[in-house]
Amino acid sequence: MSHTALQYLLAAIVVLPLVGAVASLLPAPPGLKGKSPEQAVLRHGVTVTGVVLALSIALATGFDHDSPARMQATTDISWIPALNIRIHLGVDGVSLPLLVLTALLTFLCALYSYFKMPSGPSPKAFVALLLVLESGTLATFAVLDLMLFFLAFEMVLIPMYFLIARWGGEGRERAAWRFILYTLLGSVVMLLGLLLVGLKGGTFDMVALATDNGSKLSHTTQLIAVLAIGLGLAVKAPMWPLHSWLPDAHTAAPTVGSVLLAGVLLKMGTYGFVRIVLPIAPDGAHTFAPYLAAFAAVGIIYGSLVCLNLARRGAKGDLKRLIAYSSVGHMGFVLLGIATLTPTGLNGALFANIAHGLITGLLFFLVGAVKDRYGTSDLDALSGRTGAALYGKAPRLGGLLAFGAIASLGLPGLAGFWGEMLAMFGAFRPAEGLSRPAFLTFMALAGLGTLLTAAYMLVVVRRVCMGGDGGSSRPLTAGTAENAPADVLSYEFAAWTPLVALTVLAGLWPAALLGLTDPAVQQLLRGGN
Amino acid sequence: MGSLIQSVDWLAIAPPTVTAVVALAVLVADLLLPEGRKPLLGWFSVAGLLLAGLSLLPLLDGDRAPRSTFCLTGVSDRDACSYTADHFTLVIQLLVLGGALLTALLSMSAVRDQRLPEGEFWFLLLSSAAGAALLPASRDLATLVVALEVASLPAFALVGMRRGERRSSEAALKFFLSSVTATAVTLLGVSFVYAATGTLHLTEVADKLGHVDPRLDTLAQAGVALTLVGFAFKTAAVPFHFWVPDTYVGAPLPVAAYLSVIGKAVGFTGLILVTVVAFPSYASVWAPALAVLAALTMTAGNVAALRQRPERPHSAVRLLAWSSVGQAGYLLVPIAAAGYADDPAHAVGSTVAYALMYAAVNLGAFAVAALVARTSPQNRITDYRGLYARRPLAALAQGFFLLCLAGLPPGIIGLFAKVTVFTAAVDAGLGWLAVVMALNVVIALYYYLQWTAILFRPAEETGEAGAGEGARVPAPLSVAIALAAVAGIALSGAPQLVLRFASGALL
Repeated sequence: MSHTALQYLLAAIVVLPLVGAVASLLPAPPGLKGKSPEQAVLRHGVTVTGVVLALSIALATGFDHDSPARMQATTDISWIPALNIRIHLGVDGVSLPLLVLTALLTFLCALYSYFKMPSGPSPKAFVALLLVLESGTLATFAVLDLMLFFLAFEMVLIPMYFLIARWGGEGRERAAWRFILYTLLGSVVMLLGLLLVGLKGGTFDMVALATDNGSKLSHTTQLIAVLAIGLGLAVKAPMWPLHSWLPDAHTAAPTVGSVLLAGVLLKMGTYGFVRIVLPIAPDGAHTFAPYLAAFAAVGIIYGSLVCLNLARRGAKGDLKRLIAYSSVGHMGFVLLGIATLTPTGLNGALFANIAHGLITGLLFFLVGAVKDRYGTSDLDALSGRTGAALYGKAPRLGGLLAFGAIASLGLPGLAGFWGEMLAMFGAFRPAEGLSRPAFLTFMALAGLGTLLTAAYMLVVVRRVCMGGDGGSSRPLTAGTAENAPADVLSYEFAAWTPLVALTVLAGLWPAALLGLTDPAVQQLLRGGN
Repeated sequence: MGSLIQSVDWLAIAPPTVTAVVALAVLVADLLLPEGRKPLLGWFSVAGLLLAGLSLLPLLDGDRAPRSTFCLTGVSDRDACSYTADHFTLVIQLLVLGGALLTALLSMSAVRDQRLPEGEFWFLLLSSAAGAALLPASRDLATLVVALEVASLPAFALVGMRRGERRSSEAALKFFLSSVTATAVTLLGVSFVYAATGTLHLTEVADKLGHVDPRLDTLAQAGVALTLVGFAFKTAAVPFHFWVPDTYVGAPLPVAAYLSVIGKAVGFTGLILVTVVAFPSYASVWAPALAVLAALTMTAGNVAALRQRPERPHSAVRLLAWSSVGQAGYLLVPIAAAGYADDPAHAVGSTVAYALMYAAVNLGAFAVAALVARTSPQNRITDYRGLYARRPLAALAQGFFLLCLAGLPPGIIGLFAKVTVFTAAVDAGLGWLAVVMALNVVIALYYYLQWTAILFRPAEETGEAGAGEGARVPAPLSVAIALAAVAGIALSGAPQLVLRFASGALL
């Protein structure tokens, strides 16, 4: 495909959701009114996200897979000369998979809400917010200007806040506040860091700054910049101990909000590390890498220990909360991979990013479906004394849940395996100058983390999917007429199948993804892009 | 010895002059118009302000040297003028006249509803605007102080205009006493400076302060510090900020809006002129002082705004009042940075850009507050609950204004205006001030967001909401909200419109 066509494709991918958001607030034009205004606007959401997905797939096919290290589909026009801010868009092997993942997950979410709108105020605002969220996330992965990156980074906050606060479950207002305040506190500090880099480096252009590879920034500047930018990104990622907004936000958010939060929003943090921190301030990144790795390792252990505790009988553990904490662990692997500063580790991190988006997105969908059927996601209430016996009552749902859990614990052959293995591999032989013994310790901790993850995931599978003794003692459904919950419905199948298929595909054919990221990562670490 | 009769460049002085002439015409017309036709005065004032704004157009003419008038010729190698219409002047005059225009539109319904005396109200508003438009053009200390007073004195009367309202007159008295004290201190400072340098023209002062007789050095330093006091008061900088909330609550709402934007613009313009043009050689005195003042002001304003309880009466105006103190702190940052920078005019441009953004969105926020005050006179923040259900457009506009003030997308211009201020601070090496400001931005985000969230929350009881629903919005009020919103949206799309002042040399 020609360069101009790609250019327009990328610009359309970023702008179209915004236009769609505005359009969804307007009354539907005649001919598109549908059965009711609610239905029309939800259908509008599906259409717009569907088109964006189609465009992003077209972009991925048009993308020159032979040189993924090169920025492609670039647009570079001046926007605010006074601040030297340019509208600079482009994708390479690092951002393309994330872009497609975002478009896919948002489309699946829109599709899912078309059939199962979360309870709350009008769907009009819901669709508009969903589309703004999509636009912000896509822009984060597509822009190549520090200030635009910040703008896109912030753009997702308001929609996500309202999605949690208006369409969420119990404790949503508090959780939404916590989410937005934490992230804002981090991002204001990040803004200072970005400004520092921009002023000292003489430009806000990420490509130019990456090419300089920190040569224009003094050591002190780099240290301050990495600390400030890293803090903002670490809150978003989230890195232990800055993660405490995440479980509440996930527990309170509607299913769709959880899926996007885990599947896409968290990736913005780790993407920032790869795209901004490593190439632009390599010295600073080198100094702080051991600390990042240490926090990541603690996060892995901490996340899995909390999950193990939540999965215990009588702990009143919430399934959504459990998966949120498991995200802390999984993102720990991503951060560990980044902290190794090696191509292997970075590739692992990027792979784990995508895998986590697919698997955790699927898990949140599934848990949302369980919650819809039983009215609770409390593990104790669900499983009762003997277990919820989903295998018996809703075999497909149970099977999918078991699949998601097993993919999440990193079974070889599924997507979760490669990323975490490569991240640990990277830690085995970290970049030159980094303390090898320290990283070996972190690797051992991460290995322990995978074991713990396997433990709690299996406990969850046992308690939710198995158990039951022929239906004699089911605490929740006993006494009610409908004693068996509906199995997977057709729209749920439609929304989940792509995630399952991609999880298997990425697990069996990792080269497809690694072939994209590896050259780009090599170049980012060498400096230049 | 030149001719005794000065030639006056009437075109250059048109903006303040037109405003002043219209003010006088309104006062006279008030005597002649029958009671029923008084509303015409409001439209006449709006037309006058528009005309004054249009008179800026011929001056805009690109790259020509700035037009100056009332000059002393042959005193030194350079002409020392009292009135200069350069880029800086024109931008501030645009801000003042545009702000006054929005205020006038806001006032139309308020004057009628609250039975304020029409003629007096419009006369005072226009006079104050004339003073404010004169101030940025003043290039000598005497004109500066006179302009400051012309802008302030009518404001005292405007604040106390609600007849029979104890709070209103109390607010006016509070405002008056503190303001007069500040002005007296400024005058003392000016006299010290005059004693040390023997001139009042700003450029001359700058020249002569460079080599003051060492014995007069202390005097000059004291003069510089004291002169700043009066302007700091106008900007409501710490410790001169206590008058703000009570005055805003006691004053008619449009007057509060006027004070929050034009009152502050007057203070900033004065500060910029005095510091950057007249006292550059004493930057070591005023720059650290202003930096500390900026940090204290934004912290005091934002912390107080944070502590406002939404269910208290008048909490909306109180919150806007305190937040305007906080915003004043941000506006001070680039002025302080100018003292450290090699190119002070560049840094000061950030203040101008920020002030333009702030003027548009803050007036917009006050306009929506005025709209809500029509149905719920208590004007508590809790009254905004469910505004989206009752008046979706007003709620969206208010949400946008608040997010602009907070600096979050979709209020892109708010974000980038803050970025320019940050840039000025970081550029000048004031890293600590940037960090303090970052913390303040977060505090401010908290209360702005809280208010925004309330707008979209469903109303508590449906019975109560029904009362205000039927009331029609007066046309001028909706025009004012629409103008502010359009300005905000246009600037968000093309921030370069105002941000170019942050990069070009203004002074």
